Amino acid sequence: MQIYLPIAEVSVNAFLLLGMGGMVGILSGMFGVGGGFLMTPLLFFIGIPPAVAVATEANQIVASSFSGVLAHLRRKTVDLRMGTVLLTGGLVGAAFGVVIFNHLKSLGQVDLLVKLCYVVFLGVIGSLMFVESLNALRKSRNNVPPSRKKHNWIHGLPFKMRFRVSGLYISVIPPLIVGVFVGILSAIMGVGGGFIMVPAMIYLLGMPTKVVVGTSLFQIIFVTAFTTLLHATTNYTVDIALAVLLLIGGVIGAQIGTRLGTYLKAEQLRILLALLVILVCAKLALDLLIQPTELFSIGASEGH
Amino acid sequence: MLLRAALFFLCMLSLPLRAEEVVLGLSQDKVAITATFDGSEILIFGAVKREAPIQSEPPLQVVIAVSGPSGPVTVRRKERKLGIWVNTESVDVDAAPSFYAVATSAPFSEVLSNVEDQRHKVSIPRAIRSVGAPMTVSNAQSFSEAVIRIRKSEGLYQMLEGAVRFDEQTLFRTSISMPANLTEGDYPMRIFLTRSGKVVSTFETVIDVNKVGLERVLYDLSRQKPLLYGLLSLAIAIAAGWGASAAFTLLRRG
Repeated sequence: MQIYLPIAEVSVNAFLLLGMGGMVGILSGMFGVGGGFLMTPLLFFIGIPPAVAVATEANQIVASSFSGVLAHLRRKTVDLRMGTVLLTGGLVGAAFGVVIFNHLKSLGQVDLLVKLCYVVFLGVIGSLMFVESLNALRKSRNNVPPSRKKHNWIHGLPFKMRFRVSGLYISVIPPLIVGVFVGILSAIMGVGGGFIMVPAMIYLLGMPTKVVVGTSLFQIIFVTAFTTLLHATTNYTVDIALAVLLLIGGVIGAQIGTRLGTYLKAEQLRILLALLVILVCAKLALDLLIQPTELFSIGASEGH
Repeated sequence: MLLRAALFFLCMLSLPLRAEEVVLGLSQDKVAITATFDGSEILIFGAVKREAPIQSEPPLQVVIAVSGPSGPVTVRRKERKLGIWVNTESVDVDAAPSFYAVATSAPFSEVLSNVEDQRHKVSIPRAIRSVGAPMTVSNAQSFSEAVIRIRKSEGLYQMLEGAVRFDEQTLFRTSISMPANLTEGDYPMRIFLTRSGKVVSTFETVIDVNKVGLERVLYDLSRQKPLLYGLLSLAIAIAAGWGASAAFTLLRRG
């Protein structure tokens, strides 16, 4: 069934969109990533104009993250306090990110920068996570109890706060910095930033994996809602029809994904996410390295 | 100034040539883009009205050109730099129609001479206007060729040679299929009657392409009340998220 999208001004198959939303939703619920880093390139691929794809994707992420967060709230795996601290940093970072983005746009080559950002961050995070979780899996097979978290320099910082759900008593400075950093990147790369946030919470802040997913989803809701409003009011690029189709699939997928996630061990979950991240990274890297069949591309005029 | 003079001259010339005129019918002069819009086929038919007897040699030919709203586009070319493919040069094309179809009753080179094509801007390359290629860009021609190549492959530009059926030098008809990816606006249609490559008569009309119903409401809302539209999309997102969550909880309990 073909559907004509009012803002994107293209006609696409409704079932294709539902299916894409569903698949990305499952991943979102399982791993606590918004799925933007997968969905946005997919939308480009089926011919949605990039500006509309990025803006609408933000709206869809709000829905799937909200659905996911409710499931996590019921299981009490959301650290609201940590989420709020991260969010504060995130909004500040997003504002910075928009400024940086616009500056780079005036220099040209913003496309390339976004792609390189994807390749570098996905590559580094994916391989780090893969190696680490493989080690963790091997250790748990040998029945060696996981080593207790060591005190490091992070615990020497001031402004300590107790995060009961995560079982942490640390300074608010590291989560704030993580929040700002993720905010900047998500504004530049046009994603929720879950795939950066999740590893950062596990490895930098030492939060338990089970809490990480819900908390990440919690802060993603707010950052992407902010982005959606920004896009809707400044660029008029949010396509409500596209969003509805994607999010119907997305919210159902997120519910299934959250349940699937409980059947898997934390290490297995991380290995799967790592593989997924590496896969997307490899695809983007290949696009940069292999000669495209069409060297020319048509874009909207920037009006000099 | 030159153009105006040329136009005046043309008008003067065309007065005695008005012997043959187009009478046109269209299957539809409005295209409504609804939520399930899946392209549209427009049937164009008409007749040649004349007072004098048919002059059979050289034969009369018909050229029909339908154009979508024109707008500026930026064309970029990729090049290999440090091992990766990046956009290097770009050319701004001043005006390229979003849709363009030409249908003729015989091979294009036979129905319209180069000079006439230049004057009326009928063929696809002529319909694209590009003046501002920077001096640093070599081979600027390849950029507008790229626009044509890309849009042809998307079915947005069509060259339909011999697609017009022309009976007894009087009745003509053709159909032009418009793809699903249409933009709204006025689609001017021009019909030329030619004899040995020279335009003897022209006729112009406009096909109105418009979003209707839900498409119209959403589009207008997004432009006129963007904040409300943004909040509405967020509300839908939150409601859908909550709805799915509640439904699944019920399912698990039930």
